[in-house]
Amino acid sequence: MNDQRPDPDALLEKVQLAEARRRRGHLKIFFGACAGVGKTYGMLLAARERRAAGLDVVAGYVETHKRAETEQLLQGLEILPPRIVEYQGTQLREFDLDGALKRHPALILVDELAHTNVQGSRHPKRWQDVEELLEAGIDVYTAINVQHIESLNDVVSQITGITVWETVPDAVLAGANEIELIDLPPDELLQRLEEGKVYLPQQAARAAQNFFRKGNLIALRELALRRTADRVDAQMRDYREDHAIQNVWQVKERMLVCIGPGGTAENLVRAAYRLARLLKAEWIVVYVETAKLQRLSREQRDAILCTLKLAEELGAETVTLSGYRMADEVISYARTRNATRIVLGKPTLSGWKRWMLGSLVDTIVRQASDIDIHVVGRESNFLSQARENPYFSRSRLYLGLASEEPGTLFKWRTSYLWALATTAICTAIAWLMFDRFDLANLIMIYLLGVVVVAARYGRGPSVLSSFLSVVLFDVFFVSPRFSFAVSDSQYLVTFTVMLLVALVISSMTASIHHQARIAGHRERRIASLYAMSRELAVTRGEDNIVRIAVKHVAEVFEAQAVVLLPDETGRIVYPKSEGTAQSSHGSDLSVAQWVYDHEQMAGQGTDTLPGGEVVYLPLTASSGMIGVLALLPLNPARIALPEQQRLLETFVSQIALALERVKLALVAHNTQLKMETEQLRNTLLSAISHDLRTPLAAIVGASSSLIRDDEKLDEHARRELGQAIYDEALRMTGLANNLLDMARLEAGAVVLHLQWQPLEEVVGGALAGLNSRMSNHPVTVNLPRDLPLVEIDSMLVERVFANLLENAVKYTQPGTPIEISATGGSNELVVTISDQGRGIPAGEEKRIFEKFHRVASEGNQGGAGLGLTICRFIVEAHGGRIWADNLPSGGAAFHFALPLTEPPLIEQEEVMQS
Amino acid sequence: MNNSATLIVIEDETQISRFLRTTLVSEGYQVIEAKTGKQGMIEAATRKPDLIILDLGLPDMDGVEVIKGIRAWSAVPIIILSARSLENDKISALDAGADDYLVKPFSAGELLARIRVALRHVSSAANGEEEGVFSVDELKVDMIHRKITVSGAEVHLTPIEYRLLSVLVKHAGKVLTHRLLLREVWGPNYVERAHYLRIYMGTLRHKLEKDPARPRFLLTEVGVGYRLAVD
Repeated sequence: MNDQRPDPDALLEKVQLAEARRRRGHLKIFFGACAGVGKTYGMLLAARERRAAGLDVVAGYVETHKRAETEQLLQGLEILPPRIVEYQGTQLREFDLDGALKRHPALILVDELAHTNVQGSRHPKRWQDVEELLEAGIDVYTAINVQHIESLNDVVSQITGITVWETVPDAVLAGANEIELIDLPPDELLQRLEEGKVYLPQQAARAAQNFFRKGNLIALRELALRRTADRVDAQMRDYREDHAIQNVWQVKERMLVCIGPGGTAENLVRAAYRLARLLKAEWIVVYVETAKLQRLSREQRDAILCTLKLAEELGAETVTLSGYRMADEVISYARTRNATRIVLGKPTLSGWKRWMLGSLVDTIVRQASDIDIHVVGRESNFLSQARENPYFSRSRLYLGLASEEPGTLFKWRTSYLWALATTAICTAIAWLMFDRFDLANLIMIYLLGVVVVAARYGRGPSVLSSFLSVVLFDVFFVSPRFSFAVSDSQYLVTFTVMLLVALVISSMTASIHHQARIAGHRERRIASLYAMSRELAVTRGEDNIVRIAVKHVAEVFEAQAVVLLPDETGRIVYPKSEGTAQSSHGSDLSVAQWVYDHEQMAGQGTDTLPGGEVVYLPLTASSGMIGVLALLPLNPARIALPEQQRLLETFVSQIALALERVKLALVAHNTQLKMETEQLRNTLLSAISHDLRTPLAAIVGASSSLIRDDEKLDEHARRELGQAIYDEALRMTGLANNLLDMARLEAGAVVLHLQWQPLEEVVGGALAGLNSRMSNHPVTVNLPRDLPLVEIDSMLVERVFANLLENAVKYTQPGTPIEISATGGSNELVVTISDQGRGIPAGEEKRIFEKFHRVASEGNQGGAGLGLTICRFIVEAHGGRIWADNLPSGGAAFHFALPLTEPPLIEQEEVMQS
Repeated sequence: MNNSATLIVIEDETQISRFLRTTLVSEGYQVIEAKTGKQGMIEAATRKPDLIILDLGLPDMDGVEVIKGIRAWSAVPIIILSARSLENDKISALDAGADDYLVKPFSAGELLARIRVALRHVSSAANGEEEGVFSVDELKVDMIHRKITVSGAEVHLTPIEYRLLSVLVKHAGKVLTHRLLLREVWGPNYVERAHYLRIYMGTLRHKLEKDPARPRFLLTEVGVGYRLAVD
């Protein structure tokens, strides 16, 4: 099939992207090979043009480097006052983000995109400030040099020998709407440098020697041009896809990058990023935490954390897996994610060691025959430089990794002492056995000791114990005894094998032990998650969910937590419900609001306000933001571990989902209520309009005849018409009364006026009220003489009788009897009104008490179907119940029960004699 | 029947007062109309009416205040007209001294019957006729000899039953509120114990009525009080 149409999904994606861009500000980057090519100049020139076109332009931050030409261009532009920050005794001028947001110009100039903000700023990096400006819908002009681009950072440092620490993620460049390359041939640049146009004279000479060598400049220029060309190429391809010039069938590549603790990890990530961009592939950076890797030093673990963070900044998805064998984990994960390529670092082992132990690369190549494998070479000792990198040490500080766990040293010492003690005890036991047992058995005792130490204290102490065992065995038991000397050279083999066996055993035991501990940890984590999910699943109400969430998060992450939710206007507010011991207090609402608005994390260990102690996590559910979880961890380092982060994310999403469920349930409930109300109103309207119009028509007709009566109507006809008007008016009155009663009962406006009553009187009242309409039906009243008093509202209960009797009259033939009877039980009095009509249709017994329900077959019988509902309301208000059934002899029976309590006492008296 | 009596109708709604005027005039009564409570009171003071028909829902003042104002100097019978939802107003109007009430909507027949009862009551009291013997159908109450007979058979009552019956007889045809009956029969301390009244009314009915559930003489005005039928 020759499908020339563009892929609809891809088009949709493009449209969504375009829409997101429309809302965002427009980012234009002036891109250059190095300082001095005229980026700031170009930027100012462009800005002046825009201003001349009538745009609101503000210079947010422009570094002129005291270059005269540039400063001249700045004249006449509105300049945003810088933020003056006191840092280590000096006053620093920083870009004022809040000022810019407040001023909100159409276009703002922010020079030096790669700048690192002074500590304590909202964002660590200026490009993050720019992101926020764009989010706020402000257009931004900015400038950057090629060496500041994250993915090219290492290449540049190789070319120039100078490492640049200030970098900008490639995603920022990729997200720019326009990139303008400011190009200047190296010779001209060098000339400008000599003329003192780039740096002030004293700086110029120094710069020329180091950085501004012609070779450097050519290489940098090439990089900048290539980078720009790449982008143009990508635009071209986009354009082609848009216009279906070519039949593009893209298989989405997915790349798995496997990093280890070695120094090459960072290189690997950068290389993988370049490859991924080239292939337009998704990429996932995987770190497998094996038992061996769990034992890494703090610094090494930090390095891995930083590398994962770097990968995330470059746009990768990062995953931490745990398992026993790295290769197996990587391959199985690659298969579950359908990865088409695996990127690995070059093996660090060489020669016989690699042959003996095998390498990850070899194993993966062997096992994953269907996946392309890329092996990336090792480069300079980049990471060892990075160790000294102030940014890295600062990130460690941000991540809270710099803190020292107390007591580690003490524990470390104790375990080695125990290793010594255990070996000493083994020696003592062996000493006792020495006379009766072979030397081979004594070796076993030592090996047992090694196993015990390995199981309890881990690898280090068990290795110590292994060596010590061999030495002590030699000294105490191999002749000549009490010396290191060995008489029989055979024992050298014994020692070697013993040492090897001890080491292997200790390594394996420690490994298994460790594995078990990790498994235990993992199980606990999963169990804690399960516990929370289970509890959340059965919880109703926002407050309860929040309380449970806080409780579990606090327990699992050893932190104080609080869930902050927005009010109706979308402002984050402090929770109204009472906090618990685990609740965190005094969270910064403005930060929480920022997190809520931007759907991004903030606080400790993040890019936004990393200086604080509290971490703010957005609670995002499928329908959008729900709220913010603020966390004050007791041990920040723990939260920063990738696996803990993942767990925390899972917790957060569970909480968000639970809260969303509550919200949606509420919405659904309200919607249903609204629909029911709507339907009820429609039924009511149609019923009332029918029931009001019919009698009105009769009244209008009859009365008009009477009015225009010119002696043609005889006495009888006039009386007939009058009677019709009277009857219909009464019918309307009945309907109006029912409607009013209904409204009052429903609104809860009716206060029961309870009084002790004999039922007889209420029945009498009802019968008297219905006198004319009951004339066709003989009514039998069957009330026992000793019926107790009931505490009721007589007016309302009389309505019940009246409605039930009217109902009976309506649905039975004239002349058929109606019976009222009552029986008093121990705690309720049951009244029955039965007729001898057709009875209630099967299945309608309950529904007839519903509002506006009318038995379908009733034809044009009047009434809006309110009578029985009113009865139900009244009886239920009295704490009673009402129901209906059919008599075995035919006819319907309506029953209602009223609760009986102890009636008040009354003084008796004697009959008077006349 | 004295149909030349003068009636004052205090009613603000035109349609109702038109209906009242047409009905009453056709029965031979003289009708004076007033649209407000104030005007009604002035008319009552100057026209020496035989009966006043008063709507409780007046625009300018509370109907109960009108009754109190009139009762301050006159015992003229007052029949009130009230809407159905205003039960409490009705009772306070009766307690304030109104003689009878009609709930809207009412028929011409009901209205005329109430007027007749009220006028007769006044005339008999005015003529100094001490109600020695009261009788309706088969019920006969001889107040002088304290003898009650139903179809000739004597009925024995307790002192309280008799007191209750005699109060009813004294105001025969008139609606008597629970409060009034309790005060008259049991004394002012009993006005809140309506169940006393209900129990005694029950026993009285069983002694006097053929079908106590559908009384002929001792009529219940639900939520308001009782009335002794006069015809």
